[in-house]
Amino acid sequence: MEIEQIEILDFLKRHSPFQELPAEQIEQVAISIDVGYFKAGTHILSFNEPLDSLHLIRSGAVETFRRNGELYNRLSEGGIFGEQGLLRGGKVRFPATALEDTLIYFIPQTIFQQLFDDNDEFADYVEVGDSERRKSNKATQTSQVDLLGATVETLIQREPVCIGSEASSWQAAQLMTEQNVSSLLILHNSEHAESPRDEVLVGTLAGIVTDKDIRMRLVAENGSLETPVSDIMSTVPATIEHKQYIFEAMMLMLRHNLHHLPVVKKQRPIGVIAISDIIRFESQNSLFIVSQIFRQHTIAELQSLVPDVHACFVRMVNEDANSQMIGSAMAAIGRSFKQRLLELAEEQLGPPPVPYCFLALGSMARDEQLVFTDQDNALVLDNRFDPALHDEYFRQLAQFVSDGLAACGYTYCTGNIMATNAQWRQPLSVWQHYFRSWIEQPSPERLLQSSIFFDIDGVWGETHWAKQLRQLVSQLARQRPLFLASMTRNALTRTPPLGFFKDFVMEQDGKQNNRLGIKRRGTAPFVDLIRIHALSIGSTENSTFGRIQDLIAAGTLPKGRAEDLRDAFEVIVMTRIRHQANALRQGEAPDNNVLPEQLSDFERKHLKEAFQVLSNAQKFLKFHFKA
Amino acid sequence: MLYLGPDRSNNEQKPVVIKDWSAYYAQQAQRVSHSLLQQFYAQGMVAGDTPISDVPLMAMDFETTGLNPQTHGIVSIGLVPFTLQRIFCSRARQWLLKPRYQLTDDSITVHRITHSAVENAPDLADILPELLSLLAGHVVVVHYKHIERSFLDLGVKTRLGEGIQFPVIDTLMLEAKLHRQKPLSLWDRWRGKTPLSIRLHDSRQRYHLPPYRPHHAVTDAIASAELLQAQIAHRYHPQAPVSDFWC
Repeated sequence: MEIEQIEILDFLKRHSPFQELPAEQIEQVAISIDVGYFKAGTHILSFNEPLDSLHLIRSGAVETFRRNGELYNRLSEGGIFGEQGLLRGGKVRFPATALEDTLIYFIPQTIFQQLFDDNDEFADYVEVGDSERRKSNKATQTSQVDLLGATVETLIQREPVCIGSEASSWQAAQLMTEQNVSSLLILHNSEHAESPRDEVLVGTLAGIVTDKDIRMRLVAENGSLETPVSDIMSTVPATIEHKQYIFEAMMLMLRHNLHHLPVVKKQRPIGVIAISDIIRFESQNSLFIVSQIFRQHTIAELQSLVPDVHACFVRMVNEDANSQMIGSAMAAIGRSFKQRLLELAEEQLGPPPVPYCFLALGSMARDEQLVFTDQDNALVLDNRFDPALHDEYFRQLAQFVSDGLAACGYTYCTGNIMATNAQWRQPLSVWQHYFRSWIEQPSPERLLQSSIFFDIDGVWGETHWAKQLRQLVSQLARQRPLFLASMTRNALTRTPPLGFFKDFVMEQDGKQNNRLGIKRRGTAPFVDLIRIHALSIGSTENSTFGRIQDLIAAGTLPKGRAEDLRDAFEVIVMTRIRHQANALRQGEAPDNNVLPEQLSDFERKHLKEAFQVLSNAQKFLKFHFKA
Repeated sequence: MLYLGPDRSNNEQKPVVIKDWSAYYAQQAQRVSHSLLQQFYAQGMVAGDTPISDVPLMAMDFETTGLNPQTHGIVSIGLVPFTLQRIFCSRARQWLLKPRYQLTDDSITVHRITHSAVENAPDLADILPELLSLLAGHVVVVHYKHIERSFLDLGVKTRLGEGIQFPVIDTLMLEAKLHRQKPLSLWDRWRGKTPLSIRLHDSRQRYHLPPYRPHHAVTDAIASAELLQAQIAHRYHPQAPVSDFWC
């Protein structure tokens, strides 16, 4: 039978999360709805009164408030409210007032609960604040990813070929030939167990031997065939957990220039993957671009790869890669451009007069780079550096790299934080002094420009100096409340908006704007916030996600808060990434200005929740570091 | 339904003007002979001084084949119970009826109910027990009272031998009171002003109520219920006595 509430049904069919429901469920909702009219300015819901229905705005506009009277949200036609109250005890949590003359559709609690329980998409829509739900949502997304979401274990083709550490090199070579493998895993042996502690090690990985080791460390050295295999193996090799992404294996192998990577599960090796396995798996991708970068010989040739970089970025977005995958792939590509440019510079200028380390700063150092980004870099020089003798070389080197990067789409840093600036081209001792003075004599003004130096990564040369500087920061910063307070004051100058209303961005004070600076209002304050927490616990992690992981381990934040931060950060970064990918798809230059009308209802709701998490975290930060 | 301007015809018989509906119901319950009507009146009616916010209301809309109850019939009835706080769309009812008089091409165009749709529909007599039991105890709300009141009165009289009278709140009349208290002055007319439209759709717009497709009985009933809520929210006090509204 045709239902009589046809206007209600038609309305539901035009609005999320109802339009996505199966036909009979929408009809069920339509026939259960009651209606009420509220004149502009009248109360719709008061705090803590019993709540029996989800409120859907049929026409008009509504504002909801926190208990302290702060504006919580502004909603228009199709907006829903009251869901938090229904899910948490059936009492009103956010009082609501009609901003305009408003017609409300009341959806009974029983129907709401039924939809919420039966329908994951509906539940996600109304309850994005719940981190459990967000996680399950992410899990389903990952399963759709064929290439990037696959874990390392899917690449394993056979059981690992292993031998005990007491075996001879000859036995090892025999086994490798027999099994037709180019690498062999060496395991700790029970016979060597002398203490209960060693007992634990039995069967775990001691090292790896490859064809190349046998050639270089045994045959070329004219060693005896009886040489214990443990003498020619590479000890404590890099390994990867079986559940890690193939993508992460790729990054690890690239970083350490490995051709074989043992895969472990509960510390026991379960296989080995070779770089060829990955290449077979991922043909046209970031790895391919990285290898291409190292094959180019001029800046013009490097420049010709830029469209591939953009295509790779868009492809990863299309394949639903998460922000970590995309950010670290783009950072790896950026790092490779730098490394290749430095190789070319050294070819042109000759070997460096003293050792140096080329630093990446900011998003590249954090492995959170996107396609539209500044070059932020610096040079750390050996302490023997003599400006009169050596600086001309490094000035030219820096200029070469900086110009090359600009040609490849990494625009010059407007704040002049580049190695071409003599201030940021200094010996290690001067850098150490910089950091000490920032941390020990802090002021918000002095730190305004320098927060970027707290995300540093060595890209080329003496990269351990970058690590040393990071460790210095980690030791100094956590004991300096004044420094943390100054950093906090700077971090709080940029705040997120409250949410969206119609096609506007709505500010905390109710003002409305046409567009959202997603970096300035979202990712940047978020990164700042996490960095300060990380500094306060002495974390040496560079990436925001890595830092959040450290925060969880350190337990400095209230329970569950760090996980919420992680999910919220992902939402904001992915919005920025999708926005830039859209621009690239349409042949436009990507930027950071998101127009609300380009966002789906679903994205808006997620973003609003994420902004809320950020805003609360900023309040906590302010309180915590007494800024 | 259609609105054809203020009612100046004062047609066939002048309806009895009833002030005290509560007493009228009590009296009718004794007086009428058909059991359906006895039951209807026996449910009683709220006293005139009851605050409007406490009154059980029933929005009602008829789709008819024309405007004259003598020569036209009812093709559908929509009912929606409500109060000033909430409109119970979930309890809305609608009936298609087989009119005693032929559908006209005009009426088909208006409410999109065709010959085949009403071919197997019941007669008003078949649904009267249910309709009257739903209406009992409620104050009926319509937009332009002459249609529903006169069609139901005559329809009941034809089938049960006695007519029916009940209090009605007419949202059109309320709107006319608010906007047409005095005719436009010469000056206004000379300036080209026209009187405000008080048709359902235009009235609703003044209160920022959304447009609905007209001439569907339940939708029109809901539309009138929303309009009354809006009118009272903007122009009256919820404690105002129901006697200020009904007639």
